Amino acid sequence: MRNTVRIISVLTVVGLISGTALVLMYNYANPRIIKNQKNEMEKAVYKLFPNAKKYDKVAMGDDVVFKVTDKSGKSLGYAFIAEGNGYQGPIKMMAGIKPDLATLEGIEILESQETPGLGQEIASDNFRAQFDGLKTSPEITYVKNAKPGSPNEIQAITGATISSKAVCTILNEQIKTIKQKLSK
Amino acid sequence: MNNVCNQTCTGCGKEFSKGLWRQNPIFVQVLGMCPTLAVTTKALFGFSMGMATAFVLICSSLAVSVIRKLVPQQVRIATFTVIIATFVTCADYFLQANFYTISKELGPYVPLIVVNCIILGRQEAFASKNGVFRSLLDAIGMSVGFTAVLILLGSIRELLGFGTIFNFKILGAGFEHWVIMALPAGAFITLGFLIGLFNWMNKKSKSN
Repeated sequence: MRNTVRIISVLTVVGLISGTALVLMYNYANPRIIKNQKNEMEKAVYKLFPNAKKYDKVAMGDDVVFKVTDKSGKSLGYAFIAEGNGYQGPIKMMAGIKPDLATLEGIEILESQETPGLGQEIASDNFRAQFDGLKTSPEITYVKNAKPGSPNEIQAITGATISSKAVCTILNEQIKTIKQKLSK
Repeated sequence: MNNVCNQTCTGCGKEFSKGLWRQNPIFVQVLGMCPTLAVTTKALFGFSMGMATAFVLICSSLAVSVIRKLVPQQVRIATFTVIIATFVTCADYFLQANFYTISKELGPYVPLIVVNCIILGRQEAFASKNGVFRSLLDAIGMSVGFTAVLILLGSIRELLGFGTIFNFKILGAGFEHWVIMALPAGAFITLGFLIGLFNWMNKKSKSN
């Protein structure tokens, strides 16, 4: 009986202390984590639109669109988030689109868990630069082991076709949705 | 493991140094293989993982050795686990708050320190049976041994897989990257060679 009381009290005290410590830690860390995530978005927007001065977040149903404007208040275009499945996990990226909704400004990879050294190369400058200035229709396609021939084509990363394809698919999907929502 | 538990501590320096070589958590005890193999694609990740694990191990060992006489036998594992999980969550929050990019690269492996057997193993085998000072030395020694091997493993894999060490370019553009070193297979191959080398060195020093 005495042992039972001791077991219960030890576990209770340890639990209470640990709970308190976690609450304190959470209160310290959470605002910083939110700030980090916001910074990351912000950095991506400004990287896509180097001349951007400010952006407004517009919620459109499930999607969030950033309206980007330059110093004089002229619209530079829109940035939006596209998310979908890659080879090993979700890929989350931000894409920029010019005000006429016809030309892609570029893409930035925000999160991905692709194979290091292969699929992870979707975040490399060489791969991403291929998307700069592509048209938003027809759909973006990819070729393997060859220089892209037709317009709106990119070259898939050698050994990481699935990751390259995933980027195209996710992007095409989201472009369609965003165009629909924005042209309303 | 058993001889570690029953060892009577003669010199306190030994408690520290055993984790470096004689009882190295990776080479000798072969514990904590999940982070060892998974995060060592680059030296920096190995280092960060080692630091996070060191923080958890040292804090847990301190806490456990302080309360070791109060905890009833039946619930010691539960108590240790709560303590370890608390420190792991703190470490995870801290990384996310202050080292956001690294924390994103390490992904789920920081929360997974909870189930790293080095940590629970040291609590069971050492901290729950020894005083605060010795437990501290033991935990620091094990942490240094663990981190050193992670950095070594990460450096070799990063050098061959990406041509860099700690993101500094070492091998020039002419070097064809060994993609396999960045993949899980590269971790097994490197670790196998390192353990082989370790055993060979031990054997050699014994026969001398």
